[in-house]
Amino acid sequence: MNRLTATEDKLPASVFGLPTNFLKMKETDDNDKFLHEENKKREATAPDGSIIEIDPMQDYFCDARPQVSEPYKIKIVEKFLNWARSESIWVLGFGTGCGSIEIPPLVTPRFDMFRYGVQMRPTPRQSNAFIISGYLSVKTLKRVIRSYEQMQSPKYVIALGSCTINGGMYWDSYNTINRLDQYMPVDVYIAGCMPRPEALLAGFGKLKELIKTGRAEKANEYVENFDWYKANQKKIIKDWNMPDYNW
Amino acid sequence: MKNFIKDLGYKFNISEIEYQRKNLTFLTIDKENVVQLLAYLRDYEGFKHFVLMTAVDWIEDGIFQLTYILNSPEKKIDLGIRTKILREKAEMTTVHHLWNQVATYQRELKEMFGIDFPGSPRVDESFILEGWDNIPPMRRDFDTKKYAEETFFPRPGRSTNDPSEYMKQKLYPNE
Amino acid sequence: MEFTVSKILWTLLGLFIVLNWGLIMGGTMRKIGARVAKRHGIPIYQPYIDLVKNYAIRTQITHGIMFYLGPVFRLSGGVGIFLFLPLIFGSDHWSNFSFSGDLILILYFQFFGMLGMALGAGEGGHPYSAIGIGRGLSQFTTIEVPMTLAVIALAVQYNTLSISEIVAAQQGGIANWTMITNPFATAAAMLSLLGAFGHSPFNLVKAPNEIPIGPPTEYHSTYLGVLRTNAAILHVVEAALFMNLFFGGATNWFELILKTFLIYFWSVFVGMVFPRFRIEQSVRWFVKIPLVLGIIAIIIII
Repeated sequence: MNRLTATEDKLPASVFGLPTNFLKMKETDDNDKFLHEENKKREATAPDGSIIEIDPMQDYFCDARPQVSEPYKIKIVEKFLNWARSESIWVLGFGTGCGSIEIPPLVTPRFDMFRYGVQMRPTPRQSNAFIISGYLSVKTLKRVIRSYEQMQSPKYVIALGSCTINGGMYWDSYNTINRLDQYMPVDVYIAGCMPRPEALLAGFGKLKELIKTGRAEKANEYVENFDWYKANQKKIIKDWNMPDYNW
Repeated sequence: MKNFIKDLGYKFNISEIEYQRKNLTFLTIDKENVVQLLAYLRDYEGFKHFVLMTAVDWIEDGIFQLTYILNSPEKKIDLGIRTKILREKAEMTTVHHLWNQVATYQRELKEMFGIDFPGSPRVDESFILEGWDNIPPMRRDFDTKKYAEETFFPRPGRSTNDPSEYMKQKLYPNE
Repeated sequence: MEFTVSKILWTLLGLFIVLNWGLIMGGTMRKIGARVAKRHGIPIYQPYIDLVKNYAIRTQITHGIMFYLGPVFRLSGGVGIFLFLPLIFGSDHWSNFSFSGDLILILYFQFFGMLGMALGAGEGGHPYSAIGIGRGLSQFTTIEVPMTLAVIALAVQYNTLSISEIVAAQQGGIANWTMITNPFATAAAMLSLLGAFGHSPFNLVKAPNEIPIGPPTEYHSTYLGVLRTNAAILHVVEAALFMNLFFGGATNWFELILKTFLIYFWSVFVGMVFPRFRIEQSVRWFVKIPLVLGIIAIIIII
């Protein structure tokens, strides 16, 4: 199933402790054994009676590599669009760790993020911002990557809490990642364990500032360093049973 | 409570009794009689509520200690049933037929300690650690710090202190 | 009804005004909802920003041709109602392309957008879309019955199927409004309107915290922009339809804005007060109360 076409020379030299033949090693079919039953190759009978072979990983998912999405050529139009983007941040309702308990207060009268144009969306397709709220276990990271890749560009990541920066109090745990920026690009970090909702609002303010000045192009950074991010993700997600890019 | 434990002692071969609190007692029993004791407690003594099931790794003695905690809503007491199994042969009779939810605990123990429960539903499926290829992480010979440093990307510049040494220096700097 | 260039331009201008009023009205209603919850709430112009942002998203994906056509059908449903609806009574410019049988056509257009959306969202392939479609269609079918009964009662009462003539018959003071002359039909239609607007008791179709917003789960960027544009238009034209049928129509824009606001506010008001129904509860409710009222209206009028 693996269709990572990267060659070794495209890999940045600064891959931390990653064997250089890592991508090559993974090009074997050995991780097909993690595939779910419904995603395995099988034969099916078509309506006209002929037998067709179905490979869900090829047929059901798009295997095109993501493209860099350029900003508008005309500066003033892009500036206006960036203003609109910054005033209408739709956050994916996905809580990953203990920090997700800091998000619900934001919709209460006391903090009320709606007045800043920040709204919650229940589906990744319609969201722009992803709050990684606190520690991220490997199992959750897999879901986070899937959700992140389903979001449409431009998309932003807010990393909440010290766990996303250096592992926090779970720094030596066997199951939580230490640095989020190795697996997906991060726009804004909010330090603290846990930060108060006010800090989250301040983080939104910072994100708005970044978007308005056109510096929040991390979705393109993800695309440009796609192989590096994928290699890092595959290093810890050992049962990789999804397409490499699954939007 | 004590009378009840005494009566229980006539029926089962209880090797050790530890009165923890007024309403909590731990009994130790050998692994062959655990299922029998649990079924008796559930059916005849009113311990209907299965609270939790956990394991402790006594690596020095080479044993895993399993603990089943039951609660009786009528007697209002908790009873912990302990049993010891060998570390080399980490296998235990499943009790999922008594309480359905035990299967989940057993699945977790299989993953975290490598204790097998043959016949328990879905016991071989991964619970939290998907695709784990190391020794089970809650065993004490697993070095979680070393594993984390090798697997994840530790941020350079992080310093740690041994809490007792650090507080000693902070509170009594002259000693 | 003649198609001249100036007529088309006037209609487009009307559509523009209706769209803007729909967006502002939506923002105002959300603001009211926020104030009820003692929140500050969004700025009133937030729907505009959301719309711009949705159209400005850089990447899009598609699941097939019907996925494209879903929002298009939905929009044509909304615009279709607008095209054949006389907005302002007695005005040449704002009566759009209304003709003598427009009432039936508008009832058809109400269902058209819904079905197109169902096809498009079905191709999206998300299970929640399918659940949302199932709930939406079953709820909308039960809404249609009392609404159609009320409209038929009106048609029998005024002996016409033309909205303009129904409005004309209601001129001359509140006592001539259908609200007074045929209260049962009005009650049946206003109760089914609650379901058509999809606010709280009947918003299980798009319940964000149960089935992530139902049919439009997979719709994003421009698709969502089109859907939101349509929602803004549809809210105004549906309110304007009910204004024409039951509340004496409007003779100027101010009257139209006031009446559509109050009609839309009626559903928001109910939504603020009542919690959400499950789908079988809402279907049962529609079959019980508005349907019985509609039948009573028919019996009285015949």
